[in-house]
Amino acid sequence: MNKTVAVGGIQRKRKASKQQRRFFWIGLAFAAPWIIGFLCFQLWPILSAVYYSFTDYNVFQPPQWVGLKNYTDLFSDKLFYKSLGNTAYVTVIGVPLGMIVSLGLAVLLHQKVRGLPVFRTLFYLPTVVPIVASAMLFLWVLNPEYGLLNIALRALGFEGPSWLSDPNYTKLSLLIMDVWRCGQNMIIFLSALESVPVTFYEAAELDGAGPWTRFTRITLPYIAPTIQFVLVMGLIQYFQYFTQAYVFASVSQMQQTITGGPQNSLLFYSLYLYQQGFSYLKMGYASAMALILFVIVMIVTFFALRIMEKRINYDVE
Amino acid sequence: MEKTSKAPLGSARLRKRLSKAVTYLLLCFFGLVFFMPLYWMVTTAIKDPSAIFLNPPQWVPDPAHWENFLAIFDRMPLVSYTLNTVIVATLPVLGEVLAAPMIAYSLTKIPWKGAKYIFPIVLATMMIPWQVTQVPLFATWSRLGLVNTFVPLVLPAFFGAPYYIYLMRQFIKGLPNSVIEAARIDGAGEVRILYTMVYPMCKPVITTIVVLIFISGWNDLNGPLLYLQDSSKYTLSIGLQMFLTSARQEWDLLMAASTLFTLPLIIIFFIAQKQFIGGISTTSGLK
Repeated sequence: MNKTVAVGGIQRKRKASKQQRRFFWIGLAFAAPWIIGFLCFQLWPILSAVYYSFTDYNVFQPPQWVGLKNYTDLFSDKLFYKSLGNTAYVTVIGVPLGMIVSLGLAVLLHQKVRGLPVFRTLFYLPTVVPIVASAMLFLWVLNPEYGLLNIALRALGFEGPSWLSDPNYTKLSLLIMDVWRCGQNMIIFLSALESVPVTFYEAAELDGAGPWTRFTRITLPYIAPTIQFVLVMGLIQYFQYFTQAYVFASVSQMQQTITGGPQNSLLFYSLYLYQQGFSYLKMGYASAMALILFVIVMIVTFFALRIMEKRINYDVE
Repeated sequence: MEKTSKAPLGSARLRKRLSKAVTYLLLCFFGLVFFMPLYWMVTTAIKDPSAIFLNPPQWVPDPAHWENFLAIFDRMPLVSYTLNTVIVATLPVLGEVLAAPMIAYSLTKIPWKGAKYIFPIVLATMMIPWQVTQVPLFATWSRLGLVNTFVPLVLPAFFGAPYYIYLMRQFIKGLPNSVIEAARIDGAGEVRILYTMVYPMCKPVITTIVVLIFISGWNDLNGPLLYLQDSSKYTLSIGLQMFLTSARQEWDLLMAASTLFTLPLIIIFFIAQKQFIGGISTTSGLK
């Protein structure tokens, strides 16, 4: 390199800029699929959705501008609020429940037990089952008369409810299935637990800290970034809750115009949006709903990150 | 001295043993709880129709009707469903494996200005709910006359999905620069470096991506529900969903179908267990 400097700076500079230009073009070429994909499958659709949300649109005819009508209609639509409420219900119960169970299982597996791979596989296996298949399975497991769950409850002396037809229990039915499928988060938590330095625990033990103190004072702060990650992903997942609910609701059609399960207790936001858009072809209305969802997801994610940020102890790292 | 120190030591050991016993007890209990539904699925699948609705239930099917697994082939075009599902699950794998490493390589190892602007956008797009783009994309595909084909389900993968670009980027970023620069000095072009050096080094993360995409394609209900309208194009998830509404109370056949639907993924899981579990812990983006 020094030799070229001696020969002449100008030549070297020209060479460098030529190299730079070459890198620019090859970099651009390699990133081109993403750029095209981003424009066609993300940016353009989002902008179109904003436009459609101000129109009356059924795909077959050109969109008709209606101003804010879709939004004002939405805010006086009872089912819109119902679907928001249902979605909030599963989110508020489902996210913490899933996190507690998966973290609990991870803690159990972290106790240096023998046969860890066997237990890990057992807890993980349900997540391998396709969602439609596991929804079908749970329709059977939760059968009030002959289902596995109520048989077990009966053996313990309880009479289980009719999970799938009583609107008070339909959402809980879905959450039971989701808890069964929590293996993914369990693995994430387990690998986080494994990253906590053993020396921290040893020091705490010498200071006389009991297991609970060690868990709340060392483990939880140390794995806080993981908790944050699982929380945010869980929130986003539940806001978009669709497949399970679609399968569950489709077996309980009771001459309703919209299959939202018994008394619309399974009418989740995505389900309602889907039905407005693709059963009734009210694409403008559906777009308005989608944008409201977008805003909600952004706001909640932002706050979840902010709240957690304050609690994370970065000194640990 | 000796005597006094012995007593607390003994109780500490006892406590440790007790906590170990409780751990195993809990593990076995939850293991059973998590395993039972799967057992229930497989045993119901081979039960005699008269044994399905029994209270208390028949824990071991007798007689076992293994032919139920064949009987469901007469009830729905399972072979065509399966072929369609394979198309919808494998072509996106091909697309993503071609696109994601190339994009990620451009973002990490090629020194050009665009890289630092693109990556934040990739991250931001991961947050967009799919419902937002769903309606306009459907409108566009239907204007192009491509609804009721596999194109809308397959083509986007060839442009790289943000999540997989992100995974690839995290991995490629960690590869040593010196090797790549040495190859450049030797006169190797970027295309050659990408395919002969980067791809082989990325084997673990590519395997993880292959498994993840295959599973999400195998699982997908929403995409096929929107875009595939002819029953000859149905995938297993819609086919089964339809079967569920037609065969209401035939739980033996429904469970047989569910079992067959699940089986390929279980097999892949046991073959690629390391990629599954290793993949998830690295994908959480915390390592």
